Amino acid sequence: MFYEKFKKWIAIAELALALVFAPILIAQGRKMIQVKGSDTMINLVQILAEEYMNANPKATPIAVLGGGSGTGITALINSTCDIADHSRDFNVKEFNQAWERGVKPRVFAIAVDGLSIVVNEKNPLNRLTMDQVGAIYRGDVKNWRAFGGPAMPISLYGRQSNSGTYTFLQEHVLKNKNYSPDVKEMNGNAQIIEGVLADEAGVGYVGVGYVVDKATGKPMKGLKVLDISKDEKSEATSPMDKEAVDTGKYPIARALWQSTNGKPGSDVAAFIQFELGPEGQKIVEREGFYPLGAKYNEANAKNLK
Amino acid sequence: MTKRRLRNIKESALKAFFFANGIIAILVLLGIFALLFFSAVPAFREIRLKEFFTSITWDPTSPVKAEYGILSMIVSTLLVTIGALVIALPIGLGVAAYLSDVAHWRVREIVKPIVEILAGIPSVVIGFLGIVLFSPFIAKVFGRSNGLNAINGSLLLAVMALPTIISISEDSLNAVPPAYSEASLALGGSRWQTLIRVKIPAALSGIIAAVMLGMGRAIGETMTVLMATGNARAFPHGLLDSVRTMTSNIAIELGEVPYYTPHYYALFAIGLVLFIMTFCVNLVADIFLKKYQEREL
Repeated sequence: MFYEKFKKWIAIAELALALVFAPILIAQGRKMIQVKGSDTMINLVQILAEEYMNANPKATPIAVLGGGSGTGITALINSTCDIADHSRDFNVKEFNQAWERGVKPRVFAIAVDGLSIVVNEKNPLNRLTMDQVGAIYRGDVKNWRAFGGPAMPISLYGRQSNSGTYTFLQEHVLKNKNYSPDVKEMNGNAQIIEGVLADEAGVGYVGVGYVVDKATGKPMKGLKVLDISKDEKSEATSPMDKEAVDTGKYPIARALWQSTNGKPGSDVAAFIQFELGPEGQKIVEREGFYPLGAKYNEANAKNLK
Repeated sequence: MTKRRLRNIKESALKAFFFANGIIAILVLLGIFALLFFSAVPAFREIRLKEFFTSITWDPTSPVKAEYGILSMIVSTLLVTIGALVIALPIGLGVAAYLSDVAHWRVREIVKPIVEILAGIPSVVIGFLGIVLFSPFIAKVFGRSNGLNAINGSLLLAVMALPTIISISEDSLNAVPPAYSEASLALGGSRWQTLIRVKIPAALSGIIAAVMLGMGRAIGETMTVLMATGNARAFPHGLLDSVRTMTSNIAIELGEVPYYTPHYYALFAIGLVLFIMTFCVNLVADIFLKKYQEREL
């Protein structure tokens, strides 16, 4: 008797539930390549994936997520993604964790990045040494006056600790010392750029792909990319100088990596091959990063087998 | 089966249903507390309680020495929240007094819903306002190079706390029996004197409750402060410093922290501290609200 009365409502509720859950079930049924990790690489990999899917409409679709290198590596270890993007190497702890869980990472370099130190256009400084950048981010030097700049307290912008760029800078420039607690921790490269654009005394670090205005190939308006030298004696070069990055004259260049669990399956391998091939590398260049040299190509080819 | 029996069954079934609903709220609260508590406790196997609450350095991923001190974050949270209340209280009380005493009823009918709509603006939108609107403004006014600091967060949280403060204060001002103000006016008091010396004191417990509820909202707010305050880990020396609140820190780090490490448990411990803080604030608000409702009867 009650049932009779509520039958209609039960039917409606069932229908509503079905409508809500059906798309989810359908989406899960379809296979997708999950790519996750570095925020420096997300735009690049997203465009690579789009162009790959345009060129191969029948290929497995690719979903690209950010979150930072640490997040990507953790996802690979937990088997919640197929490809991890990372702008730093695995650390020992992560490597051990991966092996414990039966994940055997294979690493591919997909592009080269000149890590760029940016300041506001109004800042008269043009160059810094690695040590000076380290001193700025460790908080040892607090005023631009120390480097012959204006008498303004340095306003630091940086990434959060899940960022590969954060770790890379800490290891290679800060010499494994702590960051100054005054660093304003922003949620990605784009936010750092925004911060420095609005802040005369600001300084930030981002991947070179983020400083280029894609229309002109020059640094973004209002932004100045500093030349960096290894020490006092050596020549300072710009991360936008392709030759300097290629030859290693630019001191804070690095590779951008992707990792898979073991030898990539055929659909994942096809995508990686596209990225490493001439078309993919052309996109890498268009997005402001640098294509791979012979050294990386060799290692990549070995890892694909 | 008689009709009456059927009705009785229906009656008790409904009773049970509503009782279950009431219990669920309590169970959820206890569940959250238990989860936080048991996830937080392991943190103190490696971190000393004293360090946790008195050290100002938070740097769990440091290559030199991992440090887990949350004092800077507690101070930052309180700084931003109290700043927000200092801004929101006079404005909120002013609007409430205007709505209850001065405004024409037609104006009130329009303004009050608009104030309440303010409460529905997503925090991420308010945070965005903080970045593009308040930040350059604050930088200019205070002669700083940027405006990502505690005062920016306070301003935004004030905007978010206003609807609560206005709405509840206005209700409590309205609930003051008309006889009070009539008596004051009859004795020759002006409307201003009546408002300040009679109505506001009479409605005080409601106003305090409003402020506490607004504070509860401000303490727990995450997205807005995350976007607007710069998130520097340093101990704040004033409202013009970049600060990182407890909520921002959890939001920033929980996504990437390796599971079951001291860092992971420490984030839950921060959550527990925050939970206890908001719980106390809400409890105090409730006690005041209760007082003011009782007096009504």
